[in-house]
Formats: sequence, C-alpha cells, structure tokens
Amino acid sequence: MPLIRIQNLARRYVMGADTVHALRGVSLDIERGEYVAIMGPSGSGKSTLMNLVGCLDSPSDGHYELNGKDVSRMTDNALADIRNIEIGFVFQSFNLLPRSDALHNVELPLVYAGVPRSVRRERARTALANVGLADRMHHRPNELSGGQRQRVAIARALVNTPSIILADEPTGNLDSRTGEDILNLFEILSRKGNTIIVVTHEEEVAQHARRIIRLRDGLVAQDAVNGNPRTVAARTESGPPAEPMHAPSGGVPPVIAT
Amino acid sequence: MTFPAEIRESTVIALQALKANKLRSGLTTLGVVVGIVTVTLMATAMNGINSSFRKSISSMGADVLHVGRFPWASFEDPRVYRNRREFSLQDARDLENTMTTASAVAPKADDKGTVTYGLRRATDVWINGNTEQSLVIRGLSLTQGRWFSQTDVSADRRVCVLGAFLADGFFPHESPVGKRVRVNDTTYEVIGVLEKLGSFLGAWDQDNQIAIPISTFKSSQSPTPNYEITIKARDPSELQETIEETRAILRRLRKVPPGTPDDFAINQQDVFVQFFLIFGGTIGAVGLFITGLALVVGGIGIMNIMFVSVAERTKEIGIRKALGAKRRAVLSQFLVEAATITLGAGLLGIGIAWPVTLAIDRYTSFAAQMSWWIVALALFVSVLTGVVAGFIPALRAARMNPVDALRAE
Repeated sequence: MPLIRIQNLARRYVMGADTVHALRGVSLDIERGEYVAIMGPSGSGKSTLMNLVGCLDSPSDGHYELNGKDVSRMTDNALADIRNIEIGFVFQSFNLLPRSDALHNVELPLVYAGVPRSVRRERARTALANVGLADRMHHRPNELSGGQRQRVAIARALVNTPSIILADEPTGNLDSRTGEDILNLFEILSRKGNTIIVVTHEEEVAQHARRIIRLRDGLVAQDAVNGNPRTVAARTESGPPAEPMHAPSGGVPPVIAT
Repeated sequence: MTFPAEIRESTVIALQALKANKLRSGLTTLGVVVGIVTVTLMATAMNGINSSFRKSISSMGADVLHVGRFPWASFEDPRVYRNRREFSLQDARDLENTMTTASAVAPKADDKGTVTYGLRRATDVWINGNTEQSLVIRGLSLTQGRWFSQTDVSADRRVCVLGAFLADGFFPHESPVGKRVRVNDTTYEVIGVLEKLGSFLGAWDQDNQIAIPISTFKSSQSPTPNYEITIKARDPSELQETIEETRAILRRLRKVPPGTPDDFAINQQDVFVQFFLIFGGTIGAVGLFITGLALVVGGIGIMNIMFVSVAERTKEIGIRKALGAKRRAVLSQFLVEAATITLGAGLLGIGIAWPVTLAIDRYTSFAAQMSWWIVALALFVSVLTGVVAGFIPALRAARMNPVDALRAE
C-alpha cells in the first residue's frame, strides 16, 4: 500500500460570487521512501495540494489516504493529531517561534504529542545535533543565520519521526550556497529512508528529487521518475485526462513556461 | 497533552508574551486593578459593617429571645394568658441542656424596689435576677469587680452588681466593691459595677439597676417570681432557627398537644433585626453593583487586548496548529494568558487595598479588616475575570484555520 494515495482530489474556494477551482481532480500515489518534487507555476494549485497533503486543509471532493488512514473527512482535532504524528513541515519562511530558543522550537511537536519533559528535551537535543546545531541550542531565531534557522526547522520536522517531510520552497529565502546545503541535507535524509515531498517552482531544487510532479491549472500535467514519464491519465478516473508530456531522451525534463 | 502539562506550557507562553508587551499589559491591567481594589474594599467594608452590626445588635439584645407566658405586644384579652403555667428555673435548665442553636440560656425575673447604703437611698430601682450567663445574654460589661459565678447562683449568695448610677451616687469617692447595700431590707455585698448604659430609647434609666442572683431573687425578694427565660442565639443571622428550636422544645416540655396553639410567647426585638437585614442587604447590593461595574469595565479592557494579542500572533497560532496543537491547546494558551494578566492585576489590587484598609481602620471610626478569605476571593475573582474576558478571543484563536493563519504576516 502506498504511503500516500490521492484520488480525484479537488479543492474549491468560494470568494464572494466566484468559485475558484484550485485543484480539479488530482490522483497520485507516493510510496514510502520516495523523494518527490511538486512543481508548477503560481496558480497551478501546488500550494493547495501541499496544504491538503499536509492535512492543513480538507478537500472539497475526492479521497486522501495517508498511511492507510482516510484523512479527507477528518475533524480539525483529528487532523491536528495527524499533522503531529505523520508530517514534518519545513516552510519557506522557516516559521520558527521568535521568542523561543532553538531547543524549545524543536521541542514543540513533542509538547503537543504529550511527551514528558525530560524525554522531549533529549530528543530535541539529538535532532538539533543531527543537523549540526549542537552549539546553537539556546539561540533565538534572530540570533541565527537563514541557513541555521532552516536547519532548526528541519530538526523540528524530524523530531517526531514523521512519515513525510513536507517542504514548501525550503530554499526560497536562502542564498544559493546555503540553499545547496539544505538540499544536501534532504539528500542525506532521503538516503536514510525518509519520505520527502518538496514543493517548489525552482528547477534546480526539483532536480534533486527523483520524481517530479508538474501541476498546471489544478491538474497533474506530468509525473516523471528520473526524467521518465509515468502514465498519469490511466489513474485519472474522472475529469479531463491530463496530457502526458514526453521528456527528451537526454533525461532533462522540459521547463514549463510560467 | 495532560492538563497540568497544558497549563505549564500555557503559562510559559503567557509569561513570554507578557514580557514582550510589558507596557501594554500593564496599562490593560489598570481597569482590573481598579476592579479588584473595589472588590477588596467592598468585602472589607461588608465585613466591618457586619461585625459592628453584630456588636450593636448584641448590646441591644436583638439576638436574644425572651420566652414568657405573655406576648409583649398583644391585642387579646389578658385573661387568655392568665391560666398559662408559670415558667420555672427547671424549664430554663432543660432548655439550656437541649438547645443546639443557643449560645447562652438564663432565666430572669425583675421587680422594682428601694436600695439604701447608710443614709443614701435610691427608689424605684430595677432589681433583676441573673445567672452567670446573664452577663453575655444582656450584653453587659463591668467597670469594676466581677459578675456572678455559678456558685453565687447555686449557693443563693447575697451578692449584687450595681448599675453605674447607683455606684456613682452611693460611692462617689470610693470603690463600691466589698461594701454592703440593702435592698428591700436584705443586705447584699457588692461584687461588681456595670458600665454606664444610658437610657433605653429615653424610656427608662438602665443605670438605676441592681443585679442579684436569680436564686437570691426568689429567696429574698419575691417567693413566686414571674420568670422569663432569655436565650441568646448562636448566630444572629439564623435567629429564626433558634426560634423554631425553642418552640419545639417548649411545646414538648409543656406538653402542648399537636394542633393546639402555643401556651407561651417567644418575644424578640424584631425591629432591630429587620433593620439589620435591610441595611446589610442594601449595602451588599450596592457594593455588588459597583464591584460588578468596575470588573466589567476591566474585563472589557482585557478582552480588547486579548483580541489584539490573538490578531498579532495569528502566524504563531498557525505554526502551533501545523505542529499539532489542537483547539483546546490554543484555547488554554490564550485563557491562561488572560488569567495571568488579571491575576497580576489582582495581586496589585490587593497590594493597593491593603494599606488603604489599614489607614481606614486607623484613622476613621470604621472597623476595617482584611482577612484571608477576602484575599482569596479577590484572587479568585481576578482569575475568573481573565478567563471570562479572554474566552471569546481565545475561542477565535482556537478556531482559526491553519492555512489562513500560516499565511498571515
């Protein structure tokens, strides 16, 4: 059974008199241990898909099974538990609590999981040490560089040993060299068997992933593993079938114009 | 998350947030501080009024029941009461042994007579029979000597306590204690002097009295006294219960068949009790209103600042929710924050009210005393204000959609 099974997932937003179809019926499976990039121009629905995959939002239609549990119709509180246990978030703007030091930021998911104080201290220390910040535990976010902040965020994402690491433009606020460091860290995490989903619009970032899912107008436009397209239309049970895009034989996927 | 852990975590967050906004939190608390000062002073005032009322009620005897054959005020033909059985000293002892709502029970009897000391002579003196408990029941105190002991009463001793008028008139330059006076041809040794009482409602001079043991009253003054029994209620505010108990016991003692009216009367100074209840109630209601008003104003300030706090920290709420905070965790975070602000305000309020109370007690005739229950009440009310005022803002935070909250800057 795949870790993530998404079928005909749709999300509509009602804005006054208009209804915006952010996601029009997306189906995809992601296996445990995959390193996936979700790409697409702005307005393609990738943020909406990320919110749904991250259980921050619920779909208007369709089904989403995460780790064997149907999470598409869960209550707020049940989703909070799922986020706590199954998902580690890494955000573009780091989203650390400004008044808390690195250690307490990393501890936070364990606090909400109800882990006793002494245990969570120890686990947070280990997680910070694993991302190379053993000497920055008591620094606040504004005393850390951008790269260090993102590593605190990654430590926080990992501390609960989640099923998925969900990163939204993780290098968007970093210079290219630091961004490269972060992506190398993801590489290492992936090799250790973590499932990583990166949402990005940067081709260089996506190239680190082994599988790239391209969205366009709320649909999957292309789903390619190591540059080789997987058939997308076959799994789409309703809605307009997406046109599979063929990568050139050179193995470099085409860049979708924005 | 377990409840204590939740509270601990919420408190840490609250203190951090308050530290970051010292001035704002401080200004916001002003309203609640005023409210708590009002609560504390009101409670202190009520406390003072209550105890001074209790005191004056005691001295007026409003918490004392007078049991006798006749009602004090009646429109019936006096012959109705004539055949009623007399009360005896045994009745008083029985009441004393069985009653649970009385703090003291004593028989009494009185008469008018002439008192002489040497050539000095006082007429129309109020002669009354007492027991060792009568001092408390009558709310009297002594300026010299002592009151009757149990032995004085049981041994039928010829001892007396003089009213202030007699003491001053007979012994202007010396202590009366140890002297001998004559009452209607019987000699008594003076053992004490009552403090000055003045006249009761201008009707009769209470200082022109002489108190003697009830046993002596019977043996030396009047062989068949018309006894009344006086009963002091344990709690003046529960006088009614004392009345009921007295009635029940007396009906049994006097074997009144069920369904027939009492063959005795329980008299009391209702007027004063009524006055106390109405006056105390009015002051309480006004105090409650003022206090409530001050707290509502303070609470609105807290609610306002909590709305600002929630709006400012929308992003933080989003982050916490993304990391797995449930509604309850967010709710309790903001409730604890509000309660922490108001608890601080409460402590400050008590800190202000305390010296004020001391000053009132010292420089006015008003007895003001802050007791531990007032402090506890003030702290409880302050926390309650925070929780109530913070609830709607906290609920708004708890119900935020994580996607929208994360998008906030």
